[in-house]
Amino acid sequence: MTDRNRTGNRRLAWSALLVLMTIASAAKAELLIRITEGADSAIPVAVVPFAETGNLPADNNVSRIVRDDLTMSGEFRTLAPEKMLSLPSRREDVYFRDWKILGQRYVLVGELKKNADRVVARYELFDVNRQERILGETASASVNSVRSLAHHISDKVYEAITGVKGAFSTRLAYVTLETVNGKSRYRLQVSDVDGQRASIRLESGEPILSPAWSPDGKKLAYVSFETGKPVIFVHELATGKRTKVADYPGLNSAPAWSPDGRYLLMTLSRDGNAEIYRKDLQTGDLRRVTNHWAIDTEAMYDNTGDGLFFTSDRSGGPQIYRMDSLGAEPRRITFGSRYNARPRPGPDGRYVYYVHQRDGAFHIARTDLKSGQETILTRTGSDESPSLSPNGRMLIYATKQDGKGVLTVISVDGGAAFSLPASEGEVREPAWGPITQ
Amino acid sequence: MMNLSSYTKAFALMLSVGLVAGCSTTGENTDDGMGGGSDVQAIDQNGGSTVYGGDSQGGVSATEMTDEEKQAAAEKAKQAALRDVTTFYFDFDTSEIKPEAREVLVAHARYLADHPNQNVRLEGHSDERGTKEYNLALGERRANAVKQFLIVNGASRGQIETVSYGEEKPAVMGSNESAWAQNRRVELIYK
Repeated sequence: MTDRNRTGNRRLAWSALLVLMTIASAAKAELLIRITEGADSAIPVAVVPFAETGNLPADNNVSRIVRDDLTMSGEFRTLAPEKMLSLPSRREDVYFRDWKILGQRYVLVGELKKNADRVVARYELFDVNRQERILGETASASVNSVRSLAHHISDKVYEAITGVKGAFSTRLAYVTLETVNGKSRYRLQVSDVDGQRASIRLESGEPILSPAWSPDGKKLAYVSFETGKPVIFVHELATGKRTKVADYPGLNSAPAWSPDGRYLLMTLSRDGNAEIYRKDLQTGDLRRVTNHWAIDTEAMYDNTGDGLFFTSDRSGGPQIYRMDSLGAEPRRITFGSRYNARPRPGPDGRYVYYVHQRDGAFHIARTDLKSGQETILTRTGSDESPSLSPNGRMLIYATKQDGKGVLTVISVDGGAAFSLPASEGEVREPAWGPITQ
Repeated sequence: MMNLSSYTKAFALMLSVGLVAGCSTTGENTDDGMGGGSDVQAIDQNGGSTVYGGDSQGGVSATEMTDEEKQAAAEKAKQAALRDVTTFYFDFDTSEIKPEAREVLVAHARYLADHPNQNVRLEGHSDERGTKEYNLALGERRANAVKQFLIVNGASRGQIETVSYGEEKPAVMGSNESAWAQNRRVELIYK
């Protein structure tokens, strides 16, 4: 029995600013995290500040990053260090009774050491009720990658408690838009999931849309208007090398990778109107997947990798359809309102998430594919571009705050939300990257 | 709403053409000079000679010729004025051309038919609501609807290029019905 089942009750709880704007200039850390909602039912965890020995880098605040990661998942409530009765760093100093008095379920302790050019973390996680160690590890990273080390610890702690793989070491891709003197600057950026270590991968005066991570996390496919029309590129992140993979007459849009990374689903209108195609990236072969006078677009492979979900307005307005295999007869999935689009299947195959219009507002909703039951997950009103974390526990989407585009992350069970507004301009089109270790 | 101002402009242009024609005849037809209250009257009332070639041709036939020419010129001006309208609006999630856009589009189609070397670019747009990729397809469908209309009315396929920007290039900023209505559009651009 895992504790993640405890989440559920939604309540507007608290509003706080986690100031995570550290890292220096070049990183252009453009996203600020703002927790907008906390979950009442979150699991209480104490992350004790790690003991430090040796000459550690200035931004080594590993325990703080772990605390922030766990909080933003919406599944945990972390204890502020000033409320702790002691600051142990190893088992013999952990007094379970003290942590119990403080209402804590788990305690994480550890220490950091510098070893040549690496930072070494030794840490242990304890179950307070059982007075047992449930996790212990020594991990290290280069002095320049202390944040990676911290996210790794967050992943381990998350998995030890919930039984689900953590997604804190993954990355986000997104597009920012800044307009200065009437000139638009679109920037495709990649950052950690907390918005830190952002780097610009492409800058253009014309729109950039629909970034999609390759399954190995090494490439991004996206739509760029840099040539005056929508064209699909594949961009190797390590080298910056870009390849045009679709530049046919008309639309070239909505790229989505196959689970093995060999194929790209895409929307093309080369044969008259928007249809879904599959391109073999090795051979260049193009296979047409849909054939209908309606708009067919926003295709995404399902979790089996055989079938796909897509948006079609063949019934009169956009709705979600599913094909069990490429070219099979599409089945309509959504019926709850006149506008349902951009399907994003969850990794366990149980749910499909999408943009849903109700009473004139656009929300993110999901349908349980077994029961057909539909649940609306967001309460903001201009929501689009949902993207799931690879463990299926969190969902990031684009919305508007005071007329400006921001990204919001929610727990899929409705536990909590935090937003990632761009410090300048707008941010949109989030894509959550895969787990790659 | 946007169409209105463009139509007003077109109307004003037509009116001014009519008044020019009217003024040129006032010497001979003083009584009627002030009668040109509308463009229709201004065009119809002129039985006499006009600046459009009255001097070069004498006699009754000359009057008839100038009349025709005048009508042609007025028609040409009217067509040009119609072509001043280059943005066409749509309802939410539709690509149906509105009735009020038809006359203007016919004028563009005729012009393209008369000028085979002239090309146009049709840029399709949507409002910000809904998903970006669906809107991209919707913008294209709108541009294609306009393209088809132009072809049916005489333009040739090769003269027309389409592109969709979806919701990426709004004409007006804002998240309200008025902004949305102005952003759901196809822009026709002569190249």
